[in-house]
Amino acid sequence: MRHLLSTVGLARDEALGILDLAEDMAEVATRAVPKLPTLRGRTVANLFFEDSTRTRLSFEAAAKRLSADVITFSAKGSSVSKGESLKDTAQTIAAMGIDAVVLRHSASGAAEVLAGSGWIDAAVVNAGDGTHQHPTQGLLDAYTLRKTLHGDASRGRDLDGVRVAIVGDILHSRVARSNVWLLTTLGAEVTLVAPRTLLPTGVDAWPVRVGTDLDAAIAEAPDAVMMLRVQQERMHAAFFPHEREYANEWGLDDARLARLAADTIVMHPGPMNRGLEISARAADSPRSVILDQVTNGVSIRMAVLYLVLSGSDPREVAE
Amino acid sequence: MTARTVLQEADITRALTRISHEILESNRGGSDLVLLGIPTRGVLLAERIAAVLARLEPGAGVVGALDVTMYRDDLDRHPTRTPSPTRLPAGGIDGKTVVLVDDVLYSGRTIRAALDAIGDLGRPRAVRLAVLVDRGHRELPIRADFVGKNLPTAVAERIYVRLRETDGEDAVAIESDPEGTRA
Repeated sequence: MRHLLSTVGLARDEALGILDLAEDMAEVATRAVPKLPTLRGRTVANLFFEDSTRTRLSFEAAAKRLSADVITFSAKGSSVSKGESLKDTAQTIAAMGIDAVVLRHSASGAAEVLAGSGWIDAAVVNAGDGTHQHPTQGLLDAYTLRKTLHGDASRGRDLDGVRVAIVGDILHSRVARSNVWLLTTLGAEVTLVAPRTLLPTGVDAWPVRVGTDLDAAIAEAPDAVMMLRVQQERMHAAFFPHEREYANEWGLDDARLARLAADTIVMHPGPMNRGLEISARAADSPRSVILDQVTNGVSIRMAVLYLVLSGSDPREVAE
Repeated sequence: MTARTVLQEADITRALTRISHEILESNRGGSDLVLLGIPTRGVLLAERIAAVLARLEPGAGVVGALDVTMYRDDLDRHPTRTPSPTRLPAGGIDGKTVVLVDDVLYSGRTIRAALDAIGDLGRPRAVRLAVLVDRGHRELPIRADFVGKNLPTAVAERIYVRLRETDGEDAVAIESDPEGTRA
């Protein structure tokens, strides 16, 4: 794998291969010495043009567990605030000798641009670009679902027939986009539930069912509900009248939690707006796998870094 | 390219039986013995040796699998390798005699990686090495304690170990590459 930019076009076998590899990586974390020498001498640059402590730390932990060196760049306080472009920043970092770039950027498509630009030779891993894609989040969600459903017997399994409701701010959510394509590739049946104002145009062409009624979705007893963060920082217009109304209509509150089947899995990519899209009780309930998602994120990112950084000279290996 | 079969099923069985006896003898019995196979065929060979050990001395030798992919020093020289799971026996390897089992011993780099991997998994009392075939051309100061067959080869030749579990038959073949391009 040369780059990981999107879950669109990721083949089923390829996706399962990453999930299986992440199982091996998760095993490493249980050892007395949770570190592998695999990427010794390789340098990974985390280029974060947009704040994300959780994703940055997760990639950093993953790279370090594989013995790679890590350079972290965050836009705040850097020359980006003086107007430096992605190209200049990337080339500056590349001139220091790096093997992979983990890119978080507020512009949709930034990772594709960097990977296809010829500005740098390094492998590019998309760590979230605008409202477009966040492929490692999709992978860690799929991994968490599979692990929760199948436990130790999860290796090699797909998500055939698993019913997942993705709820909330679909419009601004790259997590939703990454999940829709990956989960359906793996055989899951995805239902999107959101206020009409937070559904993107063109959603009808996605391989999903779409609804606006969370109670109706819960009545269908999905295997998992994935609550999305309401991304108020991206909302430059009024998408719903009031937070309280949003919480009433689309929040996973205590009453809805009680109506979920006993084995329905509650997921959230974090960070959570407790009391808005998810109640504290739902977030902390035994059905919640939110902290497992964080743990699994490190294993998935180890697998992805291994895949983009091992192999023959990457320029000679087909995508 | 011409392939020549050098070991057949009976030869392989005899070699594994002899290795099993040698392991028991050098370990002075079957206690605290862990056989760690290196995937893929090393694991199958370890299981076969364990079956012989169990017949000779009931309860002797437990089997695990040790994947060394993540410890290799040539990851950027070959297409991406997919690791296999590492499985350790329930008792771990601390204080045990670990016998690494592989099909072919060549440069020694796989075994070097295995020794590194073992170091991350525990502290065995001793580590031994059993291989079905030693073809020479070592690049590191590593030697096997138990060898099924020494097969002096040219670098241009390749050794194919076929086992019935994965390949439908038991055989070891040597194949010469007239172009001499493959190590």
